[in-house]
Amino acid sequence: MSAILIIAEHDGKQLNPSTAKTVTGATGLGISQIDVVVFAADPDQVAGQAAALQGVSRVLSVAGEDFAHPLAARLAPEVKALAGDYSHILAPSTTFGKDLLPRVAALLGVNQVSDIQEVVDERTFKRPIYAGNAIVTLRVPEGIPVVATIRTASFAAAGDGGQAEVTALDAQAADPGHTRYIKTEGSDGSGPDLASAPIVVSGGRAMGSSEGFDIIYSLAARLGAAVGASRAAVDAGYVPNELQVGQTGKIIAPDLYFAVGISGAIQHLTGIKDAGTIVAINKDAEAPIFEIADLGLVGDLFELVPELEKALG
Amino acid sequence: MKILVPIKRVVDYNVRVRVKSDGSGVETEGVKMSINPFDEIALEEALRIRERGEAEEVIVASIGGTDVQQQLRTGLAMGADRAIHVETETAPQPLTVARILLKLIERESPGIVFLGKQAIDDDCNQTAQMLAALWDRPQATFASRVELADGKATVAREVDAGLETIEIELPAVMSSDLRLNEPRFVKLPDIMKAKRKPLDVIAIADLGVEQGAGFEMLAFEPPPKRGGGKVVGSVAELVDELKNRGLL
Repeated sequence: MSAILIIAEHDGKQLNPSTAKTVTGATGLGISQIDVVVFAADPDQVAGQAAALQGVSRVLSVAGEDFAHPLAARLAPEVKALAGDYSHILAPSTTFGKDLLPRVAALLGVNQVSDIQEVVDERTFKRPIYAGNAIVTLRVPEGIPVVATIRTASFAAAGDGGQAEVTALDAQAADPGHTRYIKTEGSDGSGPDLASAPIVVSGGRAMGSSEGFDIIYSLAARLGAAVGASRAAVDAGYVPNELQVGQTGKIIAPDLYFAVGISGAIQHLTGIKDAGTIVAINKDAEAPIFEIADLGLVGDLFELVPELEKALG
Repeated sequence: MKILVPIKRVVDYNVRVRVKSDGSGVETEGVKMSINPFDEIALEEALRIRERGEAEEVIVASIGGTDVQQQLRTGLAMGADRAIHVETETAPQPLTVARILLKLIERESPGIVFLGKQAIDDDCNQTAQMLAALWDRPQATFASRVELADGKATVAREVDAGLETIEIELPAVMSSDLRLNEPRFVKLPDIMKAKRKPLDVIAIADLGVEQGAGFEMLAFEPPPKRGGGKVVGSVAELVDELKNRGLL
């Protein structure tokens, strides 16, 4: 009997939008039973959000003090304990899912499918390799569970309106005690979330400095957009690492993407190729970003970006 | 303490990879091959730990045909003390790689196994996590800063929300992210010296690891191309276009 288990990603209060996208990926499998498991210190609120997602059959809610921060070494044995009832175990292909799910797969003695971008059938999937320069279609052999991460940029978030039942379960594994969460340093969480914002404004190395990024933040604020950056800009220390868009950073699919002063290295393009409309602003008319941009503007970004912000009124 | 650094031979990151016209795979014939860049960062970190006096020996290991010895020699030239080549006929998938590495752990008892977070060919991002599971030890993936003290490691990890810091007990598995360090350049005298460093060859059968069936790769295709765009002449024109498309 086929059934799907999705591991919810959340921050203890809010379900991460990556979970709703994973649900959409799961519905493509054509399997009616889709359960979502929430591991949290106090899972009620997040479990309620998961239960409201269209397509979810049941939410399993597992409370435990040591679930306050998701640690793969703690969670993997919990998922393994639930795995016997499922043909498919899925998580979003975010740093949360990438950290956890291979550990689960190894405990189950199976390989894992990374970054599913398209479901062909219950056991056949398409995923990007070589930084998105090739797409492979692969099949998971019969007789083993499918353990896979879902490339969130390839699937829209499942909507609300579902009314799944919530079942409380007890934790089944013990804390191995060898891994301790200390802290997370990141953005203050004020602006829109980069991974799910409908509009993103990204800056590249051509911004020249942290101060140079001010015009990016300003334009983003005017548009209600999230701010992103190329790897070069992050490596140069202009902005923190969590803003990086690309194969090794965040893979995003906003409706509208502004690439400002970004030349368009393949690993950056991989991160934005599912965007609705790409606007490139760059002084180099030969930059590779113009090959994939829907709208291009050539010129000095330090003049054009403030002018654009002004033109938006 | 020993540090084991598994390295993978991959198509060099500067090569523009092309799918074969018959869809049977990716063109690798006559293409420049290198150490996977994330593995190179892991090796650099291991060498720095040794140079700080916090480890005695750095061992590089690679799995595959005879060709991987080129990358092992590069690793030795960077400064690794010795190398292990596990000989296989085909490239194993991550779970098999993790099982092989577990056997090397049993032989070598390293305090840290330091891997790259992902290989730039299959982009799986799995082996470190799988190895930590099989070994039943802590994992610190996507590391961007590592500090060792009192048999523990404090590791800053690059996560979607920013930088997460965890503390793990050794022995443990770590995987490197981009900003952990900048690997050193290999100098010519080091390449000469590397030729005399020990490189052991072990057949996969001698490790008692079955090379499992794994996933079946059915087809390879190039990614769909985005349609050609349009260059506009002014900010006003850009705003008009965006408005016409209902985006503003």
